[in-house]
Amino acid sequence: MSLSLDDVKRIAHLARIRVSDTEAAQTQGQLNGIFSLIEAMQAVDTQGVEPMAHARDVYQRLRDDRATETDRREAYQAVAPQTEAGLYLVPKVIE
Amino acid sequence: MTYHSLKQLAGQLATGKASSVELCQDYLARIQARNPDLNAFITVDAERTLAEARAADALRAAGNAGPLTGVPIAHKDIFCAEGWLTTCGSKMLYNFVSPYDAHVIEQFKKAGMPTLGKTNMDEFAMGSSNETSYYGPVKNPWDMARVPGGSSGGSAACVAAGLAPAATGTDTGGSIRQPAALCGITGLKPTYGVVSRYGMIAFASSLDQGGPMARSAEDCALLLNVMAGFDGRDSTSLEREQEDYARDLAKPLNGLRIGLPKEFFGEGLTGDTAKAVQEAIAQFKKLGATTVEVSLPNSGLSVAAYYVIAPAEASSNLSRFDGVRYGYRTPDYTDLTDMYEKTRAEGFGSEVKRRILIGTYVLSHGYYDAYYIQAQKLRRLIAQDFAEAYRQCDVILGPTAPTTAFKLGEKADDPVQMYLSDIYTIAVNLAGLPGMSLPCGFDGQGLPIGLQLIGDYFSEARMLNVAHQYQLATDWHQRTPGGF
Amino acid sequence: MQWETVIGLEVHTQLTTKSKIFSGASTAFGAEPNSQACQVDIALPGVLPVLNKGAVECGIRFGLAIGAKLNRVNVFDRKNYFYPDLPKGYQISQFPLPIVEGGSLDIQVGEGDKAVTKTIRITRAHLEEDAGKSLHEDFHGMTGIDLNRAGTPLLEIVSEPDMRSAAEAVAYAKALHTLVTWIGTCDGNMQEGSFRVDANVSVRPVGQQEFGTRREIKNLNSFRFLEQAINYEVRWQIEQIEDGHKIQQATVLFDPDTGETRMMRTKEDAHDYRYFPDPDLLPVKLDDDWIDRIQAAMPELPGAMRARFQRDYGLSAYDALGLTSQREMATFFTDTLALAGEANAKLVANWLQGEVSASLNRDEKDITQAPIAPAQLADLVKRIADGTLSNKLAKQVFEVLWTEGDQHGHSVDAIIEAKGLKQMSDSGEIERIIDEVLAQNQKNVEEFKAGKEKAFNALVGQVMKATKGKANPAQVNELLKRKLA
Repeated sequence: MSLSLDDVKRIAHLARIRVSDTEAAQTQGQLNGIFSLIEAMQAVDTQGVEPMAHARDVYQRLRDDRATETDRREAYQAVAPQTEAGLYLVPKVIE
Repeated sequence: MTYHSLKQLAGQLATGKASSVELCQDYLARIQARNPDLNAFITVDAERTLAEARAADALRAAGNAGPLTGVPIAHKDIFCAEGWLTTCGSKMLYNFVSPYDAHVIEQFKKAGMPTLGKTNMDEFAMGSSNETSYYGPVKNPWDMARVPGGSSGGSAACVAAGLAPAATGTDTGGSIRQPAALCGITGLKPTYGVVSRYGMIAFASSLDQGGPMARSAEDCALLLNVMAGFDGRDSTSLEREQEDYARDLAKPLNGLRIGLPKEFFGEGLTGDTAKAVQEAIAQFKKLGATTVEVSLPNSGLSVAAYYVIAPAEASSNLSRFDGVRYGYRTPDYTDLTDMYEKTRAEGFGSEVKRRILIGTYVLSHGYYDAYYIQAQKLRRLIAQDFAEAYRQCDVILGPTAPTTAFKLGEKADDPVQMYLSDIYTIAVNLAGLPGMSLPCGFDGQGLPIGLQLIGDYFSEARMLNVAHQYQLATDWHQRTPGGF
Repeated sequence: MQWETVIGLEVHTQLTTKSKIFSGASTAFGAEPNSQACQVDIALPGVLPVLNKGAVECGIRFGLAIGAKLNRVNVFDRKNYFYPDLPKGYQISQFPLPIVEGGSLDIQVGEGDKAVTKTIRITRAHLEEDAGKSLHEDFHGMTGIDLNRAGTPLLEIVSEPDMRSAAEAVAYAKALHTLVTWIGTCDGNMQEGSFRVDANVSVRPVGQQEFGTRREIKNLNSFRFLEQAINYEVRWQIEQIEDGHKIQQATVLFDPDTGETRMMRTKEDAHDYRYFPDPDLLPVKLDDDWIDRIQAAMPELPGAMRARFQRDYGLSAYDALGLTSQREMATFFTDTLALAGEANAKLVANWLQGEVSASLNRDEKDITQAPIAPAQLADLVKRIADGTLSNKLAKQVFEVLWTEGDQHGHSVDAIIEAKGLKQMSDSGEIERIIDEVLAQNQKNVEEFKAGKEKAFNALVGQVMKATKGKANPAQVNELLKRKLA
């Protein structure tokens, strides 16, 4: 299988990465090269195999319900691109 | 002092022959002199280092020194360290001074080990040559025209060049072992869950694992004693009793069963690398080990499965870099989507973007089962292969990388060739097993060759023992690059 | 054409934990912006989630309360999309393996004693984290982001499309609201967004099997808006179809000011969320022991209590529903009954549903803030039962208890004494007064004897007036009849 130029543009938008038409064409070629490597997977019959999402088959440890964090807003917002009145500012969000 | 082991340095500190401040000053002077060429460090902050060294000396003076107090270490720039610029090799974090410490950083702070600086790396740990760093490529100290490997290339190069006695690294598909091999040092990727991932900037969460990079297995054991440990802030951190990873170093290797996967010794392995690995096997036999052929039938598909799973996780992990709360934000934008798309197009380099796109694609509607689920099933098969192999052997041995260090730029435009650099290391991450690389010889051009040991879960102490006994019998790990 | 409405609800209930679902930051409402957004909530590079046991326990409690299947192993997934109030670029939620699957909730359909029970099936309930808030006040043309709410634990409860009218949807939403506050998994505060409803609404010709195309009305935060929005949406959809248009699957918003719904996005711009298991979180295991312990600590549920009230105390369905609309109300009822005696159940129910509820409404108070306690209501009811108080006098006593109970040591008997509100039961005294009234109202007496029933009532009124309302009306009736016979 191979990715079309439209596929590349669609996933680039899903991933919120701007690509120019030239970049998209270039990327298309590279991704198809990589997918030809990946396609080797399809040859294996994996019926009945349990997918492995984690490196170890263990269960989630649970944290006791306690509020332990203190207010560190000042330190966190010191590295923010734009803040005002304790808020992070972003270009206008339209609902 | 340049190439002293951690034990030697600790000895100097313990006997008062040197102070931590003096040690740090020496290393900082070497960094100042050599790093402009080598480019192993992204950030050096002498003031901060010396302040930490003074604190370590004070700790010692107060009689509260631990085994490595005062010995400096360099940290891969993937670990968040409070007050330190932490870039992860990316423009995206060009101005990110971390407001908190990673668990690993906390552990080294507790041990009283000053930070020498933050080491260069492939951007977001995505690369096998260190050429994807926004801060420029790292050079291989053995040949400055060649790559040091990656993604922990800065850590490997600085240790190989004697700019630091040891460094931390992280390994998602070989990022500790492959650069260790290409730079002629020793590096260990522990069992997944042994070292906390808290504060280690995520690439592929189910594969990432931090580990030590140093000049010898013994040094790695001492460092792992500091790094390892349960951390409640990482759900995948394993609650186990604290181990002394150096406890078995001196054990003889009589009766050791070494598994040799036939898939690692096939047509791909040729020339000097094959020869060096064979000589290492002969050496182990001399030390009392026996060998057995094992099979990892699905390991050939590990690269394919990895390039689905790792990009899938990465595409999601890297969504937080959106120009809102920290890091780079594009200067010009018309609206929110424009801000997002430009910020991420400008803030990420091409390899990172490529992997985000692959990951986005394999998770997207209609492709999830064919790619992501299939890769996860293969992952299970690969892990089962190892489990089967460990019924016959104690440790698996093979090459770390198919070739020695390649030339800068040689594979930079060919992602597929670059990805194949990790062909021997990736399966270990998929299975979550511990793996290490140690020097086992040189090729015709004088470039180091790495030997890979793969252990069963939680067998780090045994692996370190195997590697240490080998290093007692050989001196490959003591060789140093000319000119450094 | 006759149309049938089909409604399913998705309700986001904010859980009552002290800390967030994946971090140790506080969930308290109303803090300074971003002061309760810790490193995990703002998604600093390198941070990781750790699951809050309290949130899982809420999920278990809810599953047990609706008789659902609890998935012994359930999994957290990432739902990927970009939005400034979603700091990680993904929401951690549960997709293929939620904590709760199946179960049902009974609602009462219809008014008063004609109410019938209908069972609404619940599809699933899953744990997830809330997003932050976008503040659209003008910051030089920009939007402000407050992440205090980011990471607050939610249990999203999804029903089957089993409701057939806005009234049924409201009844279900209210029953669910009662249940989650009853079992303590949610505080139910709709103003603060603790209980938010999305309604999936479609219409189809009566008799048609397959569902029509649905539109989802987002974020309804009051029962009134839920009802208005559905009614508007149903009218709109029928009009569209009757005008020859097709309904397009879409997400819409309800505007309380205009009473209308408006399009937010169509299915075509729906996101590709790229769900996959969160590699930072492991599968969650629910041990039988844990579930058993939670089950053992569960209170009697409103449905069971309602049935018991009807069966054991002979209460009407309407009374039973009213008394179990809130756990504190039910407790007030049973506490009062314990003191007043079960024989007085109907009387206690009437008072709680009547005077007490009316007074609470008037004062905008909750039963927990009522100025009287079960002990006083029980005393009052006992004094009615033993004839000390007429209903009318009891209302006067109640009024005093409610407004100035503290001045009388919150004692019913003290108020009766102090205000002289005791019912007159000395028949000699009443007879004396009747004789006086008869003497003074000869005209009425003659009219009565001439067959005018009305004249009798006038005489009763005169006697009651003369006793300042303290005579027992039944007794007066009887004595008067005898005298006039």
